[in-house]
Amino acid sequence: MALSVSAILGTVIAFILVSGIEALVRGQGLSLFGSVWNPNAGRFGILTMIQCSVLLALSSLCLSWCLSLGCCCMMNGLAPKFIAKFLMTILTLMTAIPTVVYGFAAVFLLVPIIRDALGGTGFCWLTASMILALQGVPTMTFIMDGAVRSIAEETKITASALGMTSLQHLSRIVLPIASKSMLSAAILGLGRTVGDALIPTMLAGNAIRFAMSPLDSMRTLTAHISLVLSSDIGGGEHLSLLLAGALLLTFCALISIISRRLVRRKTS
Amino acid sequence: MKKFACLFVFLMAASTAFGAPLDAFKSLEGTLDIAGGTAHIPVMTQAAQDIMTFNPKIRITVAGGGSGVGVKQVGEGLAGIGNTGRPLKESEIKQYGLKTFPFAIDGVALAVHPENPVKALTKEQVVKIYSGEITDWKELGGNPGRINLYGREDGSGTRETFTDKLFGKGELSPAVNVVNSNGAMKTAIAQDKRAIGYVGIGHLDSSIAGVAIDGHVPSQENAASGEYPVVRNLFMNTKGEPTGLTAAFIGYIYSEPGAKIIEKSGYIPLPRAEN
Repeated sequence: MALSVSAILGTVIAFILVSGIEALVRGQGLSLFGSVWNPNAGRFGILTMIQCSVLLALSSLCLSWCLSLGCCCMMNGLAPKFIAKFLMTILTLMTAIPTVVYGFAAVFLLVPIIRDALGGTGFCWLTASMILALQGVPTMTFIMDGAVRSIAEETKITASALGMTSLQHLSRIVLPIASKSMLSAAILGLGRTVGDALIPTMLAGNAIRFAMSPLDSMRTLTAHISLVLSSDIGGGEHLSLLLAGALLLTFCALISIISRRLVRRKTS
Repeated sequence: MKKFACLFVFLMAASTAFGAPLDAFKSLEGTLDIAGGTAHIPVMTQAAQDIMTFNPKIRITVAGGGSGVGVKQVGEGLAGIGNTGRPLKESEIKQYGLKTFPFAIDGVALAVHPENPVKALTKEQVVKIYSGEITDWKELGGNPGRINLYGREDGSGTRETFTDKLFGKGELSPAVNVVNSNGAMKTAIAQDKRAIGYVGIGHLDSSIAGVAIDGHVPSQENAASGEYPVVRNLFMNTKGEPTGLTAAFIGYIYSEPGAKIIEKSGYIPLPRAEN
């Protein structure tokens, strides 16, 4: 069973990588890595989308990680018991909400607020990264919480014996010990923010250009794949999609390899 | 309970009425491949689904590819029906011996927020707006504020009509926000007072306001009469006179339920031409 599953997975990964490389070879002269996307002129550059993908992923990860850390600390001693319980319930509920609901709600609630308060169309980097961050909070919080809770339990008595407040206990003892889990939460979050297609397609505006300000409309690699695939007509557009897919896969694989290395080094 | 019974009877009646034009497919079987224009796809797929549900022995495949691909595939016998969003060229008819069947009008309307005072534009202004030359509503006599541009994704039939009939060959502004359906476009425009975008004419309603082009108001009637300029016909093409399954399929598109499907996809059905 495990063997067949890994064989299938391996085939899929190999297929994506090979077609990505094939796209590069066949797409010479289509300037696939250029910054101009103009199918009528035979230019299929996806550089702008790479930039947007990276910016969106990193910005929403920062936001999401900080929020998760806050939630995790609240649930482990910084907030009264009932608030901690309440937060836990909310976060558990949030994991059950499908991504499309976040996107849909944001189109009607967040987009007009951003547009009226800050200008622009409201469909922009800022909106997408806020929702993407929100969507990532529960999973990251639970990963952090799992580690923090057990360490906190082990060290609680010693810490109180030393006269530490719960804030000191968390910040001086628990969090440093749990740093490995903090890192893996971030890595997992990064993989998800890079890979999400629905939120950027619905909220980021999808204009093809380098994003310079948080209010700029942007198109990520994932949004590009979902937009062009729906009307695939072969040729340069198709090749650009294959390349985008291969890039995303390589990126996620790299993240995962680096994270394993880091984690292993910490343990040894 | 009585209500449900009524509804059930009504549905049954509706489905038998709906079934009648499908009778042509009763004794048929085999495969029909359809390829070409992307704007046709919703109509073709819905019709194919109805037919295949009615008679599972029939298989119909629908592929995109664009008008050029449609002509080529049907001409070389790779597809039974090749769809185009433009009339066939003289050379294509001669080379392949094609027969053409216009079945719908696809009109595209520029739209703005209902509160936007700008309700009429010239073609030149539209080109300047979408190429990024005009960026403020006050240049068009509206309330001052940046123009928020919305457009459709590559390969969209609506976008194709917009570019072919209105925008032309120029380069689109990179600031155009892209949405991926007529519905998403309507939502975007209905919420954004500074928005301009375009939808299939069938999708115009009170939540957004159509913009007249050179004085021609976008509406189903004006599109059908030819008064409104941003329209094109959608064609099915066959190699020679269609027979068997192909002929039955074309007959179904021109039938009452066929017209319903066309309307639901946002187009205006055309009656079968006598020739």
